[in-house]
Amino acid sequence: MLSLGQDEIAKYPFLADAGQYLKDKGFTLEQFGTDPDLKELITKAYERIQVAADGKIYKSDLIGDQVSKEAALPREVFSFLLAIVLLKLSGMHTLIKRFALAEARRAEKYLEKDLANISDESKKQLAIRVIDDLFSVQIEKLDDYFVIPVSDYLKHSINFHEREWKLINRHVENGQVFLTPHETVRLIRKELGTYINAKIVNAKTPTMIPGFEDSVNKLVMLSKKFSTFTVTTGEYPPCIKHAIDILEKGENLPHSGRFMLATFLLSKGQSVQQIAPLFKNAPDYNERVTLYQLNHLAGTSGSGTQYSCPSCEKLKTQSLCFATSECEGIITPLQFGKKRK
Amino acid sequence: MKETDIKFLESAFKKYYFEQFDLIRVPERTSEREFGYQKFNSGMTRHISVKDDKELHLMLMQNVPSDVYCSNAYYTFPNLPMNEKDWKEADLIFDIDAKDLNLSCRANHTLSICNDCNEISNNSEKCLKCNSTKLEKKSLPCKNCIDASKTEVLKLSEILTNDFSINEDDIQVYFSGNEGFHIYVYNTQFQQSGSRERSELVDYIMFNGAIPEKFGMKKFKPNRNSFPDFSESGWRGRFSKYVYGSKSKRSKVISELLSNGYSSFQKTLDDVSENIGSKIDPNVTMDIHRIFRLPGSINSKSGLTKIHCKDLAKFDAYADSSFLSDDTVEVLANCPIEFKLKNKKIGPYHNEKVSVPTFAAVYMMCKKLATIA
Ligand code: SF4
Ligand SMILES: [Zn+2]
Ligand SMILES: [Zn+2]
Repeated sequence: MLSLGQDEIAKYPFLADAGQYLKDKGFTLEQFGTDPDLKELITKAYERIQVAADGKIYKSDLIGDQVSKEAALPREVFSFLLAIVLLKLSGMHTLIKRFALAEARRAEKYLEKDLANISDESKKQLAIRVIDDLFSVQIEKLDDYFVIPVSDYLKHSINFHEREWKLINRHVENGQVFLTPHETVRLIRKELGTYINAKIVNAKTPTMIPGFEDSVNKLVMLSKKFSTFTVTTGEYPPCIKHAIDILEKGENLPHSGRFMLATFLLSKGQSVQQIAPLFKNAPDYNERVTLYQLNHLAGTSGSGTQYSCPSCEKLKTQSLCFATSECEGIITPLQFGKKRK
Repeated sequence: MKETDIKFLESAFKKYYFEQFDLIRVPERTSEREFGYQKFNSGMTRHISVKDDKELHLMLMQNVPSDVYCSNAYYTFPNLPMNEKDWKEADLIFDIDAKDLNLSCRANHTLSICNDCNEISNNSEKCLKCNSTKLEKKSLPCKNCIDASKTEVLKLSEILTNDFSINEDDIQVYFSGNEGFHIYVYNTQFQQSGSRERSELVDYIMFNGAIPEKFGMKKFKPNRNSFPDFSESGWRGRFSKYVYGSKSKRSKVISELLSNGYSSFQKTLDDVSENIGSKIDPNVTMDIHRIFRLPGSINSKSGLTKIHCKDLAKFDAYADSSFLSDDTVEVLANCPIEFKLKNKKIGPYHNEKVSVPTFAAVYMMCKKLATIA
C-alpha cells in the first residue's frame, strides 16, 4: 500500500484505512456522536453525501492544491470516513452509488491536477502510483504527455463510445498511446468509481452509534427522493430501463440513447424538469446544455416541433434494444405494456 | 464429390504427409494448442490435443484429413469443450485474401459451376445452359491476385513494425495455400488481449473510423497549422504522404481541403481508407478461439501447401507451394481457363479426357473442375 502524507489522504481519502486512521488520530466513532465539537463533523459528512446525491462535486476546504488551515485536513478526511459510516448505517444503496461517483469525480480532479503538476515531481509520481496500484495501469511521462501501452489503453477505451477514443484517432508510437493528463484520468474514470463503491460496499456496517441517528434518518428521507425512478421503471420497456441504468451508474449513454430516453419520457407526460436530473451522472453533464436539448426535443423552444420516440427497429440498429418476450408485437417502446389483442 | 475422386485425393494427400512431414511446422508449446481437422465430404473434428510431432504425424496418417487446423490460442486443457478449456493467451494472426481486394482481374478467372446441371461457365449471374441462379463460384487466382495481396502484407507489417515497435523477426508470413497470406505475430503486448481489443486494433490497421480532428481538420475555425506534416510518424504521416503526394504540394492541398470543408474531409478520410489501410479480414484477427490452417498442411481448396514465405518479394505462390507428384493421371477435365502450376501451363480444357501431372489433377479436382476418368 502507498504511504500517504496528510494532504494526500485528504485528496484521496478512499486510500486510507479508516479504522487505522481514527486510531492514529486518537479518536473513536463514539466520540463523534457525543462530543459537541466533533459532532459538527457528522453534519459535514451528511452534507458531503447530500451534495453527492445532487450530482455535484463536494467543494472541500482544500483550495486548489493548498489547504487553508492545517486543521482542515483531518476534518476533510473525517467527513469522508463518517459519510461512509452514515451510508452503511442507513443501508441506502442508491446513495452509496451516487456518493462513490461524486467522490470519484472529486478525486479525478486532484489526480489530473497532480499529473499536470510540473513544479512538484513528487505529486506527479504519487498520482502515477495511485493509478498503477489501483488499476494496474502503468503510465509514463514523456515530454508533455503520458504514455501507456496500447494493450492497456484498449482494455479501458473499448468501453467508450465516442470516436475520439478509437485507437485510430490517437497518437500511437512505439506501441504506446499518448494522452494528456485529462485523458489519462478520464480513461480510468469508471474503475475509480467502481473502486470507491466497492470499498464502501465491503466496509463493515457498525451498530448504531448514539448521536448518529438523526443524520441517518435524514439520509433515509433523502434517498426516497431518488427512488422515484427506480420504482416507476417497473413498467418501462427494457431499452429504457437499460438506459436509465447506465445513467445511474454514471456511465456514458450515447447520444442516440439519450434521445430515446428523453423522447420516451416526454411522450409519457414527464416534464423537462422531471427528466433533467436523470442526466446528472453523465460524465459530460452540463445543466444548461441538457435543459436546452430537452426543451428542444419537447418542442418548447426553437422550432416548436416535438420529437417522437424512435421505433424499435431503429433502436435495434443503434444497439439500444434489449428486447424481452414482453416486447413481442410492438413497434415502438411507447406501446410496451399495453395489452394488445 | 465422387468416391473415386476422394480416394485419389486422399492417396495424394497421404503421400504428401508421409514424405514431407518435415514441412509441417508443429507450433511451439504444442500441448497447449487445440487441433482440428476435416475429412473429404465430412464435418469438422476439433478439441484435439497433440503432444508432439510424432502424435501429429500419426493423426495425419490415420485420418488423412483434407484440412488440418491448429489454434493460435494457448489453453490449459485444449481438448475440453470451449468453455472449460481455460484460455490463456493467443498469438496475433491476420488473414489477407485476394477475394477481399476488389481486384479487376477477378472477373477474368472466376468460373461459375451450376448446382443444378453442373455446367461450368465463365463468371456469370445465371447458368448459361439452364438459367439456374444456384451457382458456385471458383476462382483460379492469378499473379496479380498474389501481388496485390503481397502489397497488403507489406502495408500491414509496416504498421506493425513502425507504430507498434514489433520486431520483424516476430512476424511470419505464410502463403495460405489458395489465394492469400496468413500472418502470425509473436511476442507482442497483445497476447492476452480479448476480442474487443483486437477489433480496435483491426480498425486501426484498416484505417476505419478516423475523424477529421485527428488529421487537423476542425468543425469550427479550422486552422492550417494543425494539419499533419509529411515527415510525421503513424497515420498522420501516412495520410500526408498519400493525400499531399509530395512535400511541395502540401500547402496547396491543405488549402483545398480547408475550402471543401469538414464533411468533405470526412469523406476524404473514408475514401483514403480504401488505399492506405491494410485490407485484413477482421473476423480472423478478432477471433481468439479460432483454429487456423496448420502451417505445412495442404489446403483442400487447391491441393497447395500453406507454406512459409522466407522472402515475400521473391515468393512465387504457384511454383513454390505445390509438392504433389509429377506422375501423370488421366482425368476428365472441364477447366475453360488456363492456369500455371510448378511453372507449367495447364489447360484450358473443355470437357475432355486428358493426361496431366498429379499436382494439376488435384488442383482441378479441388476446384471441382475435373474428375478421375
Ligand atoms: S423491442 Fe422495442 S421496446 Fe423492447 S427493448 Fe427493443 S426497442 Fe425497447
Ligand atoms: Zn445449369
Ligand atoms: Zn487475379
